[in-house]
Amino acid sequence: MIPLDHYLLLSAILFTMGALGVLIRRNALIIFMSIELMLNSANLAFVAFARSFEKASGQPLFSGQLFVFFVIAVAAAEVAIGLALIVAIFRIKHNVDVDQMSSLKG
Amino acid sequence: MEGIFTLVPLIVFLPVLGLLINIIFGGKMSEKAIGWLASAAAGATFVISVLLAYGLWSAHGEAVTVPFADWITIGNLHIPWTFRVDTLSVTMMLVVSGVGTLIHVYAIGYMHEDVRFKKDEKRYRRFFVFLNLFIAMMMILVSGDSYLMLFVGWEGVGLCSFLLIGFWYDMDTLGRPSWANSNAAKKAFITNRIGDFGFLLAGMTMFWAFGSVQFGEVFGLAEEIAAAQPGIIVAITLFMLIGVTGKSAQIPLYVWLPDAMAGPTPVSALIHAATMVTAGVYLIARSWPLYTLVPDAQYIVAMVGAVTALFAATIAVGQYDIKKVLAYSTISQLGFMVAAVGMGAFVAGMFHLVTHAFFKALLFLSAGSVILGLERGHHHLAHHNPLSAGAGGHEEHEEVFDPGDMRNMGGLRKRMPVTFWLYIIGTLALAGIFPFAGFWSKDEILLDAAKLHPEVFALLLTAAFFTAFYMGRQIWMVFFGEPRHEAAAHAEESPRVMTVPLMVLAGLSVLGGALNLPGVHTFGHWLEHTIEMVEHEAHLPAWLQISWGGLNPIVALASTVLALLAIYFSWLIYGRKPLAAGQKDPLKKPLGFIFTGMENKWFVDEGYWAVFVDRYVDIARFLADVVDWRFWHDWFHEKVIAGTYNWLSHIALNRYADQKGIDAFFNGLGELTKRASTSLRRLQNGFVRSYALAVLLGVVVILGYLVMR
Amino acid sequence: MDFTLIFFYVLAATAVATALGLLLSRNAVYAALFLVLNLATVAVFYLLLGAPFVAMAQITVYAGAIMVLFLFVIMILGAEKLPKGEVLPWQRPLAIGAAALLLVEAVYLLLQRVRLTSDLSNPGTWENSMDALRQMATLLFTDYLLPFEVTSVLLLVAMIGAIVLTKREKGEPA
Repeated sequence: MIPLDHYLLLSAILFTMGALGVLIRRNALIIFMSIELMLNSANLAFVAFARSFEKASGQPLFSGQLFVFFVIAVAAAEVAIGLALIVAIFRIKHNVDVDQMSSLKG
Repeated sequence: MEGIFTLVPLIVFLPVLGLLINIIFGGKMSEKAIGWLASAAAGATFVISVLLAYGLWSAHGEAVTVPFADWITIGNLHIPWTFRVDTLSVTMMLVVSGVGTLIHVYAIGYMHEDVRFKKDEKRYRRFFVFLNLFIAMMMILVSGDSYLMLFVGWEGVGLCSFLLIGFWYDMDTLGRPSWANSNAAKKAFITNRIGDFGFLLAGMTMFWAFGSVQFGEVFGLAEEIAAAQPGIIVAITLFMLIGVTGKSAQIPLYVWLPDAMAGPTPVSALIHAATMVTAGVYLIARSWPLYTLVPDAQYIVAMVGAVTALFAATIAVGQYDIKKVLAYSTISQLGFMVAAVGMGAFVAGMFHLVTHAFFKALLFLSAGSVILGLERGHHHLAHHNPLSAGAGGHEEHEEVFDPGDMRNMGGLRKRMPVTFWLYIIGTLALAGIFPFAGFWSKDEILLDAAKLHPEVFALLLTAAFFTAFYMGRQIWMVFFGEPRHEAAAHAEESPRVMTVPLMVLAGLSVLGGALNLPGVHTFGHWLEHTIEMVEHEAHLPAWLQISWGGLNPIVALASTVLALLAIYFSWLIYGRKPLAAGQKDPLKKPLGFIFTGMENKWFVDEGYWAVFVDRYVDIARFLADVVDWRFWHDWFHEKVIAGTYNWLSHIALNRYADQKGIDAFFNGLGELTKRASTSLRRLQNGFVRSYALAVLLGVVVILGYLVMR
Repeated sequence: MDFTLIFFYVLAATAVATALGLLLSRNAVYAALFLVLNLATVAVFYLLLGAPFVAMAQITVYAGAIMVLFLFVIMILGAEKLPKGEVLPWQRPLAIGAAALLLVEAVYLLLQRVRLTSDLSNPGTWENSMDALRQMATLLFTDYLLPFEVTSVLLLVAMIGAIVLTKREKGEPA
């Protein structure tokens, strides 16, 4: 019997840490991984809620899990593209430091 | 018979027609044609005047008014142009047109020579245009039926006088380039203007008191108004007197007439002897209903005339220019006329006006003949005697020759006999020697003066003495003795076109007395249709009561004896031992400063200049220089107006309002935008991480909002 | 003393620790491996919450495929270490502050505003049976058919995109 709050709290903590990772780290790949962490924490919250919205018959609400399913799929696609981008940039800059990629400076 | 009077407007329009033809076609016409055309116009006017006189005589002297046109109609003010034909106006018409025609004919010959001496033949036409204009204007003056129409003519003749005095406007009398002639014309016009101001005051006062300026209406109301407000009539008559002193050259406004001798001699004869200057006398005679109501004003008029007569006569004694002597003589004789009409002796005054026109015109024209004679002689010398006149013609003549200076003349009776005899006739008439015309008219005036105002009589008698004296002086100096200049020695007689009119005038000067012989008094009866003569039954001493049909033998004898005495004195001084060339006037030493005064016209002109003209020029200069330029323009306009405007536009508007205000505001806006954009631009630093931070901050803010809710 | 609860706390600590490891490790490979651990931990959580399919999907797809891909790229690029040098000095404190604020707000919102049944029951046998799986699959292909198809298109697009982006132009050095 784990209270829902715990899951949510954990989700929040993981999300914050992911956000922090995006902001603090300079390695583009690490930033990407932090984004995955954030997605992951959101998935956790989804599944926890799906579990808490049990129907009268005792069956859980599958929509939450299916949503996670979709999130994972999308994450995969996103990672593919993202990494392709990083590779393309690396070819030019020979570097994955996001701070070096500031040509769009106003 | 009534139809005759409808011809009246022609007296004005025939001369106008003459001058228009001369203006438009004169360029193509010969000199003779121009001159004779103008003379024909004047002659035709004379014929009309004769017809009118005949018509009037048939109508037993009843006055006729011929309305011609409506001139001014404003509300209650109605002033038409009406011609008045009565015995007084017809008299004037006859004199003006008659003498005028003779002078036109004379001028044909005179101007022909004058324009050649002055080397401007093109100006011939102008002269006759102006002469005709003068006749037209004078006709308007004498035929007007209201004071306003009279004034139109009054101003018109003033204008013609100006135009004709300044005929040779770019020279002086000797033909040298100068302002002198135009200054003389200006002087005439301005002095007359002062007189006209007086006339206008009279006219306005009249309109204010009487409500009209028509002769008939004014004279009808005269007694009524005099009873109600006697002062008004005095004012009107005295204002008119100012006009008369201007136009008829009395004290104090006579100073223009001697200067007017700058004009050609026919002008002097016509305008300044016979006709224009008599307009003042005509005015007073015409206004007899007003004047007879105010004996005080009458006395002032009479005294002005008498004093002027004597004053001018004294000046004439000391003059050397032949025309100037005659000019002062005219002023003096006008004084006689003004004194006469002032005293109420209207017939005597008008009679003297008529005879004076004859013999004064004769004298002036003869003087013109003399002047031209000398010019011819001078010219002759220059052309035929190159040795004595210097190499070449006129222009290189070193000596300045004045053909009018009597000191250059002498012995002309041998060289110019016709002119000599004509001049003698004129002189005797002017001096008032029996039986010439002047005797009868002057005598009547003297008699009336003796009867009415003994002091006036004394002044006039003295003036008569001087008159004879200076005329005698002139005769001896000009015609007797030896020529004092080569030009006089070679003087030539004038052509017939000039001498024939003079003979006509001479005839009139001899026979003119017949107009108003004692006992018959033709002229007197003629005038009495218009002017009521009031006989003064004052206490007269026995000797004055003798009357041979109106003539008093004692007065007549006294005046004749005085005149002969004066001529004798003049012979003693100037005739017995004729002047030699370069000799000073014999009166100079004995009379000393008195003669200097007479020579210099008693310094009246100098006095006027010092008191009035120079002060006026000072004021004008002050106003122009100080007030207008320095104050108004330099200070007020430049500093105040322009300065204020410049201050307003540069400083106030430009610097403060525009630059510091509006510009600053909008510049500030731009500056603000720039600074804002500069700072905001730093947000876009190109670093992805900072963008991500911005997103996160946004999320935090939104969540914060949700929390607060 | 609930055994499940203690288990939960241990797992939670592991998750947080691995996340922290990801955050702080200098070496990208180490970070990737930390993440793999994290994902595995979260998969266990899914099991705890009665979602076996999701757990399996997480392990195979997420930790198995995605992270492996990550590691491939890290190896290829040789992006283990990065040069030192901080360009935005103010970023770190501000980020930490913002994250802290975020945590506070999120916690507040999630715990105070969301009122739901507090306790989640342990998963029973039914959740792990084929029945549940069958029901979920049915749902996938009926109610959620559209997202399913779209996701497949999305994957196709991603594939094409990845190929296009990494294609070498003529003459470009490798």
